[in-house]
Amino acid sequence: MLFEITEEPLDPQRLADHVRSDASGAVALFYGVVRDHNKGRKVLYLEYDAYPEMATKVMRQIAEEMKERSPIDDVAIQHRTGRLEIGETSLLIAVSSGHRKEAFEACHALVDRFKEVVPIWKKEVWEGGEEWVEGESVQKPS
Amino acid sequence: MPNVKVLLFARLSELAGTRQTQLELGEGLTVADAYVILSDRYPGLEPLRNSVMYAVNSEYVSSTQPLSPGDELALIPPVSGGSDAV
Repeated sequence: MLFEITEEPLDPQRLADHVRSDASGAVALFYGVVRDHNKGRKVLYLEYDAYPEMATKVMRQIAEEMKERSPIDDVAIQHRTGRLEIGETSLLIAVSSGHRKEAFEACHALVDRFKEVVPIWKKEVWEGGEEWVEGESVQKPS
Repeated sequence: MPNVKVLLFARLSELAGTRQTQLELGEGLTVADAYVILSDRYPGLEPLRNSVMYAVNSEYVSSTQPLSPGDELALIPPVSGGSDAV
């Protein structure tokens, strides 16, 4: 397992290689990418803030929860902080498993869970303004 | 003598004008009490009292959690990692 918060550009191949093993028939890899618009506004760039010590700890918790309920082999998660331009990757989640169904499903569920509980925040900057985006679902981990 | 370290992030750090401060707390005070004291110090924080979550020593806690000397209290605004629409 690998959990990182970094200001450096993310490397998807490194993450996929990290989770792959000879027992894994499938690797699912999710990229979160900075989009040029939101709610009808043209976004110039995003800025991410994080509580790195807690973020990596919570990433490990959600990955371990997923491993307990799904037959997956390994998980790796990276999130980038600081200023990100349009088209750059902010989040990578890689999951390996024996078969594709489990990898797809666990990867999807991990992205959703990540966005609820991992202490990372993004600010949208557009022409003439900026705003911290607030997620709609915030719940304490059970 | 300050005894609890407080971390602020994202919108809260901008409203307070700082990412870190210290609090000296009496016996048995909770994280919600700490937020009230911080709102006196940084009035911009007051309107966000109902949306903030708390972590002590990197674990989510409820607002009724008592604080102990040496604790690290983090004020957590609603999270928004990733990139697509929430």
